[in-house]
Amino acid sequence: MTNKNIFKELGASGVILAFLMLLPILNMVGPDSGLFSVSAFQLSLWGKYLTFAVLAMSLNLLWGYTGLLCLCQSLFFALGGYMMGMYLMLMIGERGAYKSVLPDFMVFLGYQDLPIHWAPFYNFWFTSAAILWVPGVVALIFGYLAFRSRIRGVYFSILTQALTYASCLLFYRNDFTFGGNNGFTDFKDILGMDLNSIETVRILFISSVVLLFLTYFITSFLLKTKLGKIQQAIRDSENRVLFSGYSTANFKLGIFVLSAMIAGAAGALYVPQVGGINPSLMEAAKSLEVVVWVAVGGRGTKWGPAIGAIFVNLLKSYTTQAFPDYWLIFMGGLFVFVVLFMPQGLIGVYNQLKEKFLKKEGTVSV
Amino acid sequence: MYRNGFSLLFFGLTFLATIVLYGNSDERGPRDVFVDLILADKSEQSALIEEMNEFGDPIIAKIYEDWRRGKIFSLETEASKEIIYIDERNNCYSLLTGEVLEYSEETRENFNKERIARALRKQFKGLIDTLGLKSINAKTRIKSAIKLGRSQKAEYIEPLEKRLAIEENAKVKAAIDEALAINLLKNGNETQRLESVNRLAELKSIAAKDFIEKILAREIDAGKSNEPLALACSASILTIESHIRVIEFFGSFFRGLSTGSVLLIVSFGLAITFGLMGVINMAHGEFVAIGGYTTFLVQNVFISIWGIDHPMFGWYFLVAFPVSFIVAALIGIVVEKGVIRFLYRRPLESLLCTWGLSMMMQQGFRLIFGAANVQVNNPSWLMGSLNFGGFSMSFTRLLIVALAILVVFLTWALLQKTNLGLHIRAVMQNRNMASSLGIPVSKVNSMTFSLGCGLAALGGAALSQIGNVGPSMGQAYIVDSFMVVVIGSVGNLIGAGLSAMGIGMVDQLLQPYLGPVMGKITVFFIIILFLQWKPGGIFPTKSRSLDD
Repeated sequence: MTNKNIFKELGASGVILAFLMLLPILNMVGPDSGLFSVSAFQLSLWGKYLTFAVLAMSLNLLWGYTGLLCLCQSLFFALGGYMMGMYLMLMIGERGAYKSVLPDFMVFLGYQDLPIHWAPFYNFWFTSAAILWVPGVVALIFGYLAFRSRIRGVYFSILTQALTYASCLLFYRNDFTFGGNNGFTDFKDILGMDLNSIETVRILFISSVVLLFLTYFITSFLLKTKLGKIQQAIRDSENRVLFSGYSTANFKLGIFVLSAMIAGAAGALYVPQVGGINPSLMEAAKSLEVVVWVAVGGRGTKWGPAIGAIFVNLLKSYTTQAFPDYWLIFMGGLFVFVVLFMPQGLIGVYNQLKEKFLKKEGTVSV
Repeated sequence: MYRNGFSLLFFGLTFLATIVLYGNSDERGPRDVFVDLILADKSEQSALIEEMNEFGDPIIAKIYEDWRRGKIFSLETEASKEIIYIDERNNCYSLLTGEVLEYSEETRENFNKERIARALRKQFKGLIDTLGLKSINAKTRIKSAIKLGRSQKAEYIEPLEKRLAIEENAKVKAAIDEALAINLLKNGNETQRLESVNRLAELKSIAAKDFIEKILAREIDAGKSNEPLALACSASILTIESHIRVIEFFGSFFRGLSTGSVLLIVSFGLAITFGLMGVINMAHGEFVAIGGYTTFLVQNVFISIWGIDHPMFGWYFLVAFPVSFIVAALIGIVVEKGVIRFLYRRPLESLLCTWGLSMMMQQGFRLIFGAANVQVNNPSWLMGSLNFGGFSMSFTRLLIVALAILVVFLTWALLQKTNLGLHIRAVMQNRNMASSLGIPVSKVNSMTFSLGCGLAALGGAALSQIGNVGPSMGQAYIVDSFMVVVIGSVGNLIGAGLSAMGIGMVDQLLQPYLGPVMGKITVFFIIILFLQWKPGGIFPTKSRSLDD
């Protein structure tokens, strides 16, 4: 990589960081109204977008750099969210509607005692670990089985979609001890801080920014290592990598688990900022939505997926308000358009244009 | 007033028909006996009740009820005594003939209310309870027998036995036999009870299971668990339970067959587009919905032309099949020309692109037809079911099984026996080679894709009879269909058929034990494990080329 490229990348990261840090600062010291006012609601909305951006980057690690189109990223995201949700539910304590130590939905569904696997989630640090290892272990088991039997390409996508579908069905069940289709809601506080207070909103937002940059650094670091090189080689031609003596299954498995953990962490930050979680978050369509973000932003680029996630979600919140009946058509159309005409996404448009001009110059010189 | 009476006459025409028949013939009907009974004195009554016992006409219950409620009157004239029935609207009928009688107000004042004696009421009660047994309708007889058996009242033993002796219909006979045995379980003496228990085991009576279990529990409580009755009870419970299991198994088997058939119809189209062309059509489910909605539209056209009660309406369903195939195939050609043809070398991207299409189509359905499900009526000839000793198969499900067979046959014929099929197979095997041999590849591609879409729509048309037709109706099947194609080895239609049936069967056989959700999840894990064993599906393609 040339110095010029590094410079460009640092510049882009700097701009993004500056923009993101501006939001909480404006929220703290900015005016109460006007273009430059940022309310607590907007701040947590942007916090939500940032967790989506991290989710998109975690998928990019798989799809953009390893060529694995994974359709269970939303499952990992939701798993992380559920882990955090369990902690938050337990932190409500006896302030729930039923004034019981048990979470409200358990009282409602007639539980007598707290299920045994809920007990450790009183501890925040156990929860934090679970946010990473639970999606990780699921990815490890599924990935091991899938990669071992050389399921790749489209088949991998279909199987991961089926995994999401099956898990979603499971989480919709009331007797699965995760609140059935209502999921978790009505959270009160996290680590003793009131979730509705402006300080908590800011802290959560800044945590999301930190996670975003952490993911960015992991991706950049990975790409520089030998592992990252093999990862991209697998994307470009898996058979050649196999023939060169690398066990591609292990590399893919490692990346898959890492990506699941990142998605889980993003989900864990999503839940307190949105204030609830239910199984609709892990529906198969959500996973495909994540793929849309990556495709729109530009797969295989470092910042593209994050930009795509934020762009599509801004667009979504605008169109769902302005044209509620047409936003799905709009989204679908955008997707078809992007796949057909912008294979490199928003980031790639600039390059595509440049290439076009260069080619023209090239033909002239020849 | 006049008119009113007339319409009432019309209203009662159905039962009057029988009455007039009775009245005209020389044979005595229930009405004659009733008249006699009302006029008779005590000594003659029991003979008349005996006579009444011969009839199974439901009118007996009605007349008796009216008599009890004081709606039967008599009018003495010089020549004879007329028995009159007055209905709610104050119209008078002759009880004997059922004809309307016109009486002036003055005459009406001479009416004498006929009351029913207490002794007679008691006799009538038993008579009316067993009326159904004597009905001319076999189904009513069976129903009545079952009811009399389950009531376990001693007074019903005699009428049941009587009927058993003269009953000719084998089904009714079996039902009475069973009912009698159930009744005797409580009211018989020791040997009769033992016999009944054994008889019920022989009959494999599911209805009797609860009763026998009760007896067994009582016997055990009484410390007689080793006596013959208790032993016979446990033996017969075992027999009945194994019979229930057999029925349940066949039920699940048939449900599996029909679920598998639905999957097969839906996934065959997918197997063609995915397997033969390498295109992942995520919008496949929406083509299924197109089939459903086309059926809905065809139905509405039939309703607007003939109306819903016209016999022609029933045939809309047969018209809907080819129409939905054609509609979906045409839309399929448009989609192929507009989008898919750019993506033949990029399967992953075709997945994303068609998913975008699927979103647009789903929302399109919502905008056109509304977000709620639309109503598709079953044609009358598809209602009802076939019964096989305890478990039933509905005609709609049988139709779907038949349709699946037809789809398999037609697809096979198309691929193996037609020129287009030859071209499709050639393009599938080697696109470039086929092209250089002069096969119009792009045309074949459109045809193949539209064929797949048409098959999906056939599935949708079939589904409209057993499920809901709504914007997201296809979504319920799409994940399963992809599984079918993966398991059945991509591009292999026999494999797709086998795996559709297999997945449908396993799903339905697991459901009674695990419930629908856990059943589905288990099926999914079975699929994952199956792929560990056979990564290429049931019939892996043998090829020396690398799929990279």
